[in-house]
Amino acid sequence: MNTTASGMSTPGQTVGPFFHYGLPYDGDRDLVTPGSPGSIRLHGTVYDGNGAPVQDSLIEIWQARPDGTVPQEPGSLRRDGWTFTGFGRASTSRDGSFYFSTLAPGATEPGAAPFFAVTVFARGLLDRLFTRAYLPEDEAALAADPLLSSLEPERRRTLVAEKDEQGYRFDIRLQGEDETVFLLFPGR
Amino acid sequence: MELETQSVIDAEISAIAQATEQAGAGELQPHVDYPPYRSSILRHPTKDLRHTDPETIERWAPCFSHRDVDPLESDLTIGQRGEPVGERIIVTGRVTDGEGRPVRNQLVEIWQANAGGRYVHKRDQHHAALDPNFTGAGRCLTDDEGNYRFVSIKPGPYPWKNHLNAWRPAHIHFSLFGTDFTQRLVTQMYFPGDPLFSRDPIYQAITDPKAREMLVATYDHDLTQPEWATGYRWDIVLTGSNRTYTESEDSDL
Ligand SMILES: [Fe+3]
Repeated sequence: MNTTASGMSTPGQTVGPFFHYGLPYDGDRDLVTPGSPGSIRLHGTVYDGNGAPVQDSLIEIWQARPDGTVPQEPGSLRRDGWTFTGFGRASTSRDGSFYFSTLAPGATEPGAAPFFAVTVFARGLLDRLFTRAYLPEDEAALAADPLLSSLEPERRRTLVAEKDEQGYRFDIRLQGEDETVFLLFPGR
Repeated sequence: MELETQSVIDAEISAIAQATEQAGAGELQPHVDYPPYRSSILRHPTKDLRHTDPETIERWAPCFSHRDVDPLESDLTIGQRGEPVGERIIVTGRVTDGEGRPVRNQLVEIWQANAGGRYVHKRDQHHAALDPNFTGAGRCLTDDEGNYRFVSIKPGPYPWKNHLNAWRPAHIHFSLFGTDFTQRLVTQMYFPGDPLFSRDPIYQAITDPKAREMLVATYDHDLTQPEWATGYRWDIVLTGSNRTYTESEDSDL
């Protein structure tokens, strides 16, 4: 049966263990050439409920340009080295780590806290998860952010990336004490 | 570790189904905490998802075009030296948002096992033959009416190690983007009448039967082409926060 009853959306299913043949592509994690002017590294590790690294997960980011504008240009699958498309995809390695080479997103509205919109897929994860990786610098903007300010400090911490030499570190914990805050948007 | 039998898994699946039916609480999306799918146990969030309104970037989605996707990528049966083994199929359907409007020019990616149930993947240990003429990955863009179309081979069911004698119903993995970030969907399309449905903890993790059936394609004889391929139709609904229309339409309600 193939119903399109109103209010129903097609359910999600796990990405499974064999997505490496379908989803990764050359240049998927390099929104900009690593090491090019202004480039930063966004990286981290995905952990399960035992604190073990998740080696078969897939992370996607979607972000604004440094000036806060939203890219609407094609080319994410075939990067030309010049066009910033704002979309990237990275599968985790055997140690559960992922990285992106990108630019720091800017505030999309005056005073808004800049963040990477993040989607998490994994074998064993029955539906995709959404989260945000906020940049840590602008403390006033972070304090004013509606989502962050609604969270208890220890939960809030899971959404703020940590600054390091090359860029930012953002670990993702699917479960457990420091479980990342995952988001539910209206509409589904 | 000793694997449990299918009957143990079946009992867990029906216990959850009974409990949800009694509570009248079948879920339209998969229950991420679904222990019969063993690898979900340590990989699902245990805290409630945080209700959040999408911010600017989340009300947009990445843009794809024919610069990204070659039209030939929608035919998984070509590009190798010979014809792949198995039943050639056409899989097509329409991608719409929650109000039935077409999702235009968006990326659809698929990947699947071959006719013998084997993936071209180093971690697939199934003792079924690889097919040198079939790799099992494809892409296309939806057209102006939201239609997508692939030519492929009907995938076989395959064993996995969730429990003893565990077999996945035949399926094609689908990945879709909508017009806003919140519509992002990765799912699986199944074939009608599969005897493995009731035994599969991934499919059964969607506890509402009507929602579950939305993942099953329909055989369509009008789509079937003489001497060439059988046809399956599968429509996809991507609901989300609907940047373009929500505000104006809500005011009409
Ligand atoms: Fe599969």
